This record gives sequence, C-alpha cells and structure tokens, in this order.
Amino acid sequence: MTSTGYQQHFEPIAARRPPTNETGAWAWVQRSFFDGPFNTFLTVLFVALLVWAIPPIFNWTVWYAVAEADNAACRAAHGLGACWGVVAEKGRLILFGRYPFDEQWRPLVASSVLVLLLVLSCLRTFWRPALVVAWVLVYAFFFGLMYGGFAGLTLVETARWGGLPLTLLLASVSLVVAFPLAILLALGRQSDLPAIRTLCVVFVEFVRGVPLISVLFMASFILPLFMPQGTKIDVLVRVLIGMTLFTAAYLAEVIRGGLQALPKGQVEAAHSLGLSYWQIQRMIVLPQALRLVVPAIVNTFIGAFKDTSLVTIVSLYDLTGAVQLALGDADWRKFFIEGQIFVAAIYFVACFAMSRYSQWLESHLNTGTRRQ
Amino acid sequence: MSTSSPIIEFSKVNKWYGEFHVLRDIDLSVAKGERIVVCGPSGSGKSTLIRCVNRLEVHQAGTLTVDGTELTDDVKSIEAVRRQVGMVFQQFNLFPHLTVLENLTLAPMWVGKIPKAEAEERAMQQLNRVRIAEQANKYPLQLSGGQQQRVAIARSLCLTPKIMLFDEPTSALDPEMINEVLDVMVELANQGITMICVTHEMGFARSVADRVIFMDQGQIVEQNTATEFFANPKNERTQDFLSKILAH
Repeated sequence: MTSTGYQQHFEPIAARRPPTNETGAWAWVQRSFFDGPFNTFLTVLFVALLVWAIPPIFNWTVWYAVAEADNAACRAAHGLGACWGVVAEKGRLILFGRYPFDEQWRPLVASSVLVLLLVLSCLRTFWRPALVVAWVLVYAFFFGLMYGGFAGLTLVETARWGGLPLTLLLASVSLVVAFPLAILLALGRQSDLPAIRTLCVVFVEFVRGVPLISVLFMASFILPLFMPQGTKIDVLVRVLIGMTLFTAAYLAEVIRGGLQALPKGQVEAAHSLGLSYWQIQRMIVLPQALRLVVPAIVNTFIGAFKDTSLVTIVSLYDLTGAVQLALGDADWRKFFIEGQIFVAAIYFVACFAMSRYSQWLESHLNTGTRRQ
Repeated sequence: MSTSSPIIEFSKVNKWYGEFHVLRDIDLSVAKGERIVVCGPSGSGKSTLIRCVNRLEVHQAGTLTVDGTELTDDVKSIEAVRRQVGMVFQQFNLFPHLTVLENLTLAPMWVGKIPKAEAEERAMQQLNRVRIAEQANKYPLQLSGGQQQRVAIARSLCLTPKIMLFDEPTSALDPEMINEVLDVMVELANQGITMICVTHEMGFARSVADRVIFMDQGQIVEQNTATEFFANPKNERTQDFLSKILAH
C-alpha cells in the first residue's frame, strides 16, 4: 500500500483470466434470454409463438403433403397438405419455359456453363483481363447453343426461350455488363470535363427517374419506332439493353458513394508520384472505393436479379413467367402456391448466395485495411 | 549554394480560393540542393505554396518553373515534373490496400517502367534508408504513425526525385514519434537533395535549413539564413510569430 501515488520500481501486473461467471454456455443463455423481466417475457412469448405456428406449417409442408405427381391424391389432400407433385409434374416447364421439350438439354448445358463462369468470377484468383474474354466467349456459346440454326441444331426463336436460363441470362448480362458501365458513369460524373459530367448526370437522373417497367415498355414497343425501316433488333436484345442501362444507373450512384468516401489525400499522393488519371483510378481509387461499397453493390445486384421477373410484362417467360404458364393447366391450377414456393425457393437460394458472398468478400478484401 | 539557374522559380505567382486571395505576388527562387523551411501562422498559404510546385494546386497568375519546365495545363509536362518532385504529406497518405513494399514499387513500375524485381530491390534500399525494411510486407495501417511517415518518405524517394516537398510531415504524429521522422529528414538533407519543408519544428529548421521563409496572409514576409532568422527577425510579424512558438 502506497499513499504517495507512485511506485519506486515498475512492477508489471501479470495478466489474469476474466471472471468465470461471465463465460460459459449457461451464462450465455442467461444473458441472452433471461436478462430481466422484459427479456424473459419476450423469450416466453416467442417460444409460445413457435409452438403455435410450427405444427400447422409442418403438417402442410411435410406430414400431409403429396410428393408424387398424382393429381387425384393432390386434390384429396388439398387444404390439408401441400402438393409438391406439381413441381414433379411441371418442373421442366417451370425451369425451361416454352423451349422445345426435346431440345431442353441445350438450355441446361448453356446455363450450367454460365453458372460455372459466374462462380469463377466471384473468386479473386480469376480477376484478370482474361475474364472479360471468358465472358464474351461464354455469352457467344450461350446464344449459339440456345438459338441454334447450325450444326444440326434446330433454330429456336428467342421468343420461346424461358424459365431459369432466361432469368440467368437477363440477370447476368444486366450485372456483368452494367458493372463496368456503372464505373465509367460514376467516374464520368466526377470528371473535370463539363460535357462528360453533364452527360453522365443526365443519363443517371433520367434512368433513375423512370420505373423499370417503363424502360422495358420503351425498349420493346417504342424503340422499334425510331429504328430505320428494315432494321429489326430482337426483343430479347432490346430488353437486355434496357435492363443493363437501368441497373448501370443505380449501380453508378452506389459506386459514386464509394468514390466520395475516399480521402482526397489518396489521389493527391498518387498524383504526386506521377501516376496518370487512369492508373490512379485503376490502382488506387477503384480498389478502395469499390470495397467500401461491396454491401451496397450486392444489394443492387440482388434487386436487379429479382427485377428480371418484370420482363413478363413484355411477354418474355422468365422463371416467374414460366410458372404462370405452367399453372395455366386446369388440372393443376389449384396448386399455384406450391409452384410459387418452388420458384421463390430458387430466387432465395440465388439471393442468399449473393448475400453470403458479399459478407465473405468484404472480410476477404479488408485484409490490412483495418488495424489489427 | 550553387550559382547555376534555380531549380524552382516562382515569379509573381498568385492564387485564389474563390474570392480568397491565398498567394499574393510570390517571388521565390530555389537553388539546386538548397534546403528551405517555410513557416508561418495557419492559413498563411505555406502548404498552398509548396503544393503549387507539383501542381496539386493550380496557380492562376504569374509563372512557376520547376526543373526547367514551366507549369501549365499540359498534362504530359505536369506528369514529367511530378516525376522529379517527391512529396510527403501531413496525413502520410499511404495506400492502405497495398503492402508497404507495393506502396513503394507502384510508381517505379508504372511511371518509371522499371521491372518488378528491380523496383523491389530499389524499394528495399529505400526502406533500409529509413530503417523500416523489416515491415516491408505489412499493410500501412498496421504500423505506427512515425513508421508510416518514414514509409511515405521512402515511397517518394523511390523515383529518385531532384526535389522533395514536405507538408508539415510531423504535425499528425504523437510526440514520441516526431524525432524518428526528423532524423530521417536530417539525413536526407545532408545528402544534397533540394528540399522545401513546411514545418514548425524550429530545431530542425536551425540545424538543416539554408534559408527560412516566413509567410503571412499569402505573402513572403521575411526570409533569411536560419541563424539570422532566429537571432534577428526583422519584421514585427515574424517577431510576434517566433515569440509565440518559441515561448515554451
């Protein structure tokens, strides 16, 4: 005990373990669920809610559900259990839309290759210029295989494309092509050159100010009116262009947010080293700005992915369009909920994967940028 | 001091931020190898003055010539001048997404077009020079402020500039780290590089500066050799400023 307030010699105090009552499983349960009367009340209420809700859900989805494509059994169980048979019966129609039944291996192969490249593109190892070439080749392959008309493949008009392959095509094009476009728009909006800046601002503000449905209508009905006589651009291509521009405008604003968050000193330091504008953007600005907005970029991507379902408005049967088509059958119309759940599950898997990827990417890219 | 033509020459340089007249009729010529310390109250235009040298700021009137090139809007000549001028900032401005070594090799590889292996070799030499070679593979934010600033100095030296600009290099540092940075700067000063340093470290100014410049309200109020400047400040503003910063 010293009352003078200083130590003659410095004596370090050895590190000790924290008090035990703050660790361990039981302490965690207590702290998390029964910390005070209000917390306990909420826990009890929530458990009661689960007890009330789970049995009926379980009964409908599993216990009384019919898994086989047996229409009579489904009708008998209607109201009690789900008819998953509708998926077995109509699965291929939902997945591939109106694409000719015997040729459906083609969308299957094309989509698989597309998904494979999407997955590879998510990995940093493959972030190199060759990836751009790979995308061009895969899209050429996708269109070639789907459209056919050569090497013994029967020609399939784009109007008959549908289901999951169409959704994947729409989503991937509007993300893959929109992304570089959005970067250019965001940089352009910050440019010192008034003409470029104005152009980018006008584009972004115009596109953002219009609903996607209007863009799709314009792309499919109004655009052809302005085309020179005789030129005919496929409706699918027009819709792809419309969706890409739409996504790019939104994404550009997200990216601009990242650009603005970057300290000015970064660009000044790069300038002082003699780096050129494009070198600075590519090596200093974008790597930092983009990682700042990864969650917002993925958020935009998820939104764009689900927005692809709006193409039904211009008679393209994507996944949601195809399910409507499939349930047009009078025998199975009753079981539209099951069909919708099936489609919703596909969307959920894709969106959840994107969300998890975003979290992984964030932590992966943050190496070294936080104090450790 | 050599008598050959100056490496930096300001002639009636003026600059405004909007309505604010930040640099007023600046005339200044810096000889090759000269070491200059610029001081003055905040807002007096010191930083703006040196930032004009590598055109991070654009002057609006007068002429400014650096290493024989007059600074104009011509992007190529600006980039050429910047290759000859290294700059160290108050906030270090290291690139946080790159390792220390990558920070140092970036400009030599992309601006100097030097192969990677050679750029890394040079970078390690510079890191040794600032005594921080063992941190080469860390990221900037894993280092202390003093270490970061030494890395920043090494980075700006990698292109072997003729001129070094320091913009309050120790102002953002914890007190116990100031000396490790000043030591590096003193060594550099003794190796004959042209230096302009905005700083309030008067000890540093005394020991290395050939000339001390005092600025106030956008003008160069007084300039003299370091010894004379501290012993016999002529202008009353200089006297006032020195009495304030040397009070303790």
